[in-house]
Amino acid sequence: MDDFKQLYEAILNGNAKISKEVTQQALDKNADPQMLVQDYMIPAMNEVGRLYEANEYFVPELLIAARAMKASLELIRPLLVKQGAQPAGRVVIGTVKGDLHDIGKNLVAAMLEGSGFEVIDLGVDVSPEKFTAAAMESNASLVAMSALLTTTMGSMKSTIEALRSAGVRDKVKIMIGGAPITQKYADAIGADGYSSNANSAVALARKFAGIQ
Amino acid sequence: MHQTLRHILSSRPVVCDGGWGTQLQAAGLSGGECPDSWNLSHPEDVQHVARQYVEAGSTIILTNTFRGNRIALKSYGLADQFMSINESGVSLSRAAAQNSATVFASMGPTGKLLMTGDITEDEVFMAFSEQAKILASVGAAALVLETFSDLTELTIAIAAAKETGLPVIASMAYDSGKEHDRTMMGTTPEDATRAIADAGADVIGANCGTGIEAYVPICSRLCRSTTLPVWVKPNAGLPEMTEGRTVYKQTAKEFARHAVALRDAGASFIGGCCGTTPEFIHELRNIFET
Repeated sequence: MDDFKQLYEAILNGNAKISKEVTQQALDKNADPQMLVQDYMIPAMNEVGRLYEANEYFVPELLIAARAMKASLELIRPLLVKQGAQPAGRVVIGTVKGDLHDIGKNLVAAMLEGSGFEVIDLGVDVSPEKFTAAAMESNASLVAMSALLTTTMGSMKSTIEALRSAGVRDKVKIMIGGAPITQKYADAIGADGYSSNANSAVALARKFAGIQ
Repeated sequence: MHQTLRHILSSRPVVCDGGWGTQLQAAGLSGGECPDSWNLSHPEDVQHVARQYVEAGSTIILTNTFRGNRIALKSYGLADQFMSINESGVSLSRAAAQNSATVFASMGPTGKLLMTGDITEDEVFMAFSEQAKILASVGAAALVLETFSDLTELTIAIAAAKETGLPVIASMAYDSGKEHDRTMMGTTPEDATRAIADAGADVIGANCGTGIEAYVPICSRLCRSTTLPVWVKPNAGLPEMTEGRTVYKQTAKEFARHAVALRDAGASFIGGCCGTTPEFIHELRNIFET
């Protein structure tokens, strides 16, 4: 099974073309899709995360690795679904009302997708009502909010309140992030978690989803 | 060195201005609004910010045109007001400056990532080129490309800005990595210096970021790796939440104390970014004069 190591390397190096090719070859040889994900792809993303934490990888490396992971997952997902496997979790994500910044939010969305989450991206300037409706309709287990402005971070609080009045607050875990956000702020507004970057956002989402 | 800069740099360090966005918010700008749109809707408030910086002792003031490139304005639905936002941005600052300060025009990033394919290099060049031309045509003395994270986007912006013949300041935001000495895209001060100098900018800078303390070593590293003048405009620390409001806790006096270290590290231009106010500039002025 040595050639699967190439899959690990391709994701680690962010080479979507090779990662897709190797995945297709493996599937053609009847490799177990679960095994590819568990033994090669997730360990590769874990290593990407470790390198990011160690300041050897930065945003560009994260992005291309997530892209390579996604390219492989697109081939694998239909097979997983056939086997009855569930996605890691379903996340509703968006930049809060009044805020139009999307780079951070897009990064987190890409990383979550690359880590096997089903991501429902509501875009930017998302109202509390829209977050609530999407969380209810999709039966999501996670709501992720981004704000880059000190003046829009208050929308996170109103969104949590809207989720509470709609009776879905306790059905979801809420995670927040963005330049002005701190753990202290997350605690103050009653979010379940905060992360300072896209990589730790994935770790947090996995913790909430009960994945090691 | 460019004539304009040689003249201004005859007494070093040159005191620049402080934050604009946080000042406009204090005047009532709401979170979702594009601050640059206030050049048209609230010109007197914008001019008041500029005026306060001139009175506090800024030798250089910027313009409220940070988001004035067509790509950034488009995300606010303001692309059609592109010309007037930039023109009025410069004229408001010039009216406030009179003969007491020089107006350098602010140009921020597009807010889109090249590497995700959201925009192309040609689109980025066009956006900065047309903004730079307008800012130059209405009398900006120099162009300040600030708060960039992506070196590719910045070098494209430098090429576009240089077409005007004005001096070009190229400044990145260092807020990532363990030591907060990388840009979001992983660029180090040394990588930045090399690429920015190669691209032909006249001044190399660092702005925004995680606070003035972290910018002292960054300033030293910039100065060690270039002979070009260095520009530093840090934030007033990181914002904290107090009773639901966002507050920058660092005081003007603390900021000014650290600014001395920036000067000693070799910075030629010193000012502030988010959370800094005219009071900060006043303290800078005081501390550099004593």
